[in-house]
Amino acid sequence: MKTRNYAVVGTRPIRHDGADKVTGRARFGADLQISGLLHGYVLRSPHAHARIRSIDIRKALAFPGVKAVVTAADLPRTPDRVVELADGPVRLSHLRGNILASDKVLYKGHAVAAVAAVSPHVAEEAASLIEVDYEILPCTLTAPDAMRDDAPILHDDITTMEFGEQTGKVCNVAEHFRHVLGDINQGFAEADVVIEREFETATVHQGYLEPQSAVALWNNDGRVHIWSSSQGAFSTRDAAAPILDLPVSRLKVTPMEVGGGFGGKIRIYVEPVAALLSKKAGRPVKIVMSRRDVLEGTGPTPGSYVRVKLGARKDGRLTAAQAYMAYEAGAYPGAQVAFGAMCIFAAYDIPNVMIDGFDVVVNKPSTAAYRAPGTTQAAFAAESVVDELAEALGFDPIEFRLKNAAREGTRRADGPKYRRIGCIEVLEAMKTHPHYTAPLGGPNRGRGVAVGFWFNVGFPSSCTISVNADGTVNLVEGSVDLSGTRTSIAMQAAEVLGIGAGDVNPTVADTDSIGYTALTGGSRTTYATGWAAYEAAQDVLRQMKGRAAVLWGIDPASVEFEGGVFRADGRSTTFKELAARLDMAEGPVIGRGAVNPSSVGGSFAGCIVDVEVDPETGKVSILRFTSVQDAGKAIHPSFVEGQMQGGSAQGIGWALNEEYYMSPEGAMLNTSLLDYRMPTCVDLPMIDTVIVEVPDPDHPFGVRGVGEANIVPPPAAIANGIHRAAGIRLRRLPMNPPVVVEAIWNRRA
Amino acid sequence: MTHTLTRVRTTVNEEAVEFLCEPRQSLLECLRDILGLTGTKEGCNDGNCGACTVIMDGRTVNSCLVLGVEAEGRKITTIEGIAQGSELHPLQRAFLENAAVQCGFCTPGFIVAAKALLDAEPNPTEEQIRLWLANNLCRCTGYGSIVRAVQQAAAQMREVSA
Repeated sequence: MKTRNYAVVGTRPIRHDGADKVTGRARFGADLQISGLLHGYVLRSPHAHARIRSIDIRKALAFPGVKAVVTAADLPRTPDRVVELADGPVRLSHLRGNILASDKVLYKGHAVAAVAAVSPHVAEEAASLIEVDYEILPCTLTAPDAMRDDAPILHDDITTMEFGEQTGKVCNVAEHFRHVLGDINQGFAEADVVIEREFETATVHQGYLEPQSAVALWNNDGRVHIWSSSQGAFSTRDAAAPILDLPVSRLKVTPMEVGGGFGGKIRIYVEPVAALLSKKAGRPVKIVMSRRDVLEGTGPTPGSYVRVKLGARKDGRLTAAQAYMAYEAGAYPGAQVAFGAMCIFAAYDIPNVMIDGFDVVVNKPSTAAYRAPGTTQAAFAAESVVDELAEALGFDPIEFRLKNAAREGTRRADGPKYRRIGCIEVLEAMKTHPHYTAPLGGPNRGRGVAVGFWFNVGFPSSCTISVNADGTVNLVEGSVDLSGTRTSIAMQAAEVLGIGAGDVNPTVADTDSIGYTALTGGSRTTYATGWAAYEAAQDVLRQMKGRAAVLWGIDPASVEFEGGVFRADGRSTTFKELAARLDMAEGPVIGRGAVNPSSVGGSFAGCIVDVEVDPETGKVSILRFTSVQDAGKAIHPSFVEGQMQGGSAQGIGWALNEEYYMSPEGAMLNTSLLDYRMPTCVDLPMIDTVIVEVPDPDHPFGVRGVGEANIVPPPAAIANGIHRAAGIRLRRLPMNPPVVVEAIWNRRA
Repeated sequence: MTHTLTRVRTTVNEEAVEFLCEPRQSLLECLRDILGLTGTKEGCNDGNCGACTVIMDGRTVNSCLVLGVEAEGRKITTIEGIAQGSELHPLQRAFLENAAVQCGFCTPGFIVAAKALLDAEPNPTEEQIRLWLANNLCRCTGYGSIVRAVQQAAAQMREVSA
């Protein structure tokens, strides 16, 4: 355990970009104005599935004020290959196909053409003059439907990969994989109680408040500059370069402030389109998505069909677990079902497990990551059955989970054996929280619990630190800041250097100005880029010791550093004093840190929720909510709490209201934020938080990423609470008033 | 298509301004694209997210639902007009101290809306704050830190004026 007293780590300084963020000065993508800027508009498919017979752009090109029109014909037709991106491998043809459709449109909202003009209004008017001749095809909208033999086929070139082998069968199932641990037949035979249930979840959106935007300039020297509000400057470069058939060195991506991402801004959409328009027009082009574009044309998170079967003995020990998980990838493969399969039973030590996962393409937008991608759907199923099983065996739901909790040494069905984890500590914190035993205080109320896991990622990060003459430092990093990570990273450097958080001046740099740094996602930023900052600060200290040695004329190895002071042979100088004298000792000090952690510690989270179910209307109110999560070490506790509260709020929205309400023809019918109903201020109580700290064994401060696991438990916990309040088990998300009231009527009937 | 431009004379953040806009341009577009006041954000352009909230003649409005030409003769306050010179407004300080900012995109709208609330009701209850701010969506915080920030700012402002 590396728990110790720190001077900076664990405090709550004001964030470095705070003044910019509260005065309106922070510059998000759409705020950028540069000279000669044109405005782009993307024309999107009105059909969920159709063949494009022809596209006639002549009238649009002739429209006054129009400077360029592009279609898929303007994309380089480089041969297909697999491209490794931040969120996994993807076929270049699929990556390109989602930017601008060529022969077929695969969802309503699929980009078909784009116009650049002197104003957004002119571009939009001109786009309406583009004539696209469609041959409408039948569509398929859910995983179970798309898996049927008679389902319309989206891609002629997708054949099912089964257990790692190509079957050669043209099918909407892109992949079927299986994880096996032990022998489930034997496990279920040993069980005294076996419960098997089916679950469905609707497509939901990350719901970030800032629509995607990009500005691109295809310069006269052949270099392309992209300004983007995506979740990574380098990940945007990695994706845009193959689409535009450019070496990465010809692309410069400048990250703008990001108005929320939650995984949805890892994939890119309008960046390459703006670049192509700029190339044709010879001027910079800005594209800002509308809210409808965001809902119809970016990646939501998969809808799912999950079947879970659990068996346990009378003594409360789980003997076997089985899951069948079919996720909707949307238009192109990549439904994150593999992530869901890693996490579905991750909180439990179960000897016999079998998990089947299916990645299924359907005529909906190509799905993207959303906070612990693929895992909330899985936990909704697993944690609902765990609750039912605990009840059937007469156990308290937390006690039942504790009896079966994963711990150090537990092997997960997908392979890894846990190192030190905080699953038990999270459950103990839930059990002892006053919320768990507080009176419910009224009729139609119920309390539910659930736990969840997210494995977190490492990936490369880079930092440099330059020492200023006044004893402060400038820290340059490659991680875009979604939520205050400038500060949580700076604090780790400050702790090493023995200076204040405010003495570190952080800058998020463009791709020409800092070493490679992977996306802001996977709960990795405070963990991995913080680690890079730690290494850069250590490098600064090594060099500073050398400079003290030069000034004192002694061996650098004899210089020690503690509490902000360098000492040797009875002499001492503070970091600040030495910083002022660097010109007399070999010149500037620049430290560097680069990491690529491979042994990332995952994070467990749990929640306790009190709900009230109105038996007349079916409305579910959240009366009280407590979120518990293992942070390893909370660098900035307020920001950790913020992640927990935000993830909980999104989980509540997912549970109770949010869904893509689809017509049979594949049109989303609720394309505004009035109808796509995210929680407002009046829908939520104050969300209480408990930070558990079971340090990661490798990270210098014990950090575990906290961005994601918190969204995993709420839908299951709420379903379990509704069961106790109203006597109904709901197995489809969202659990909105019509669904709840119908279940209550059915129970009475 | 060229559209006739209309001259609009209005007051933004206590400064008289005059600009030309197309009749179809919203006040939000005029603020951002013509006057360069990009602190006011577009989250939905149909009045459902509140990121574009400004104060017009003492009332909060979604500036995406107001036409630029309707600003004629009005008094408008945007996020750029909230700080008092180089001093942050108590609401701005409280948002930072309570970590009520995560991505920061909804923040200008929330601060402007909260200012209008405290102008009207210096001592709001939690319920009043939540009802008032229900027009503004935040996807990052779960709202608790925002409500606490408004409560803290209200208390500080009452102390100062007492």
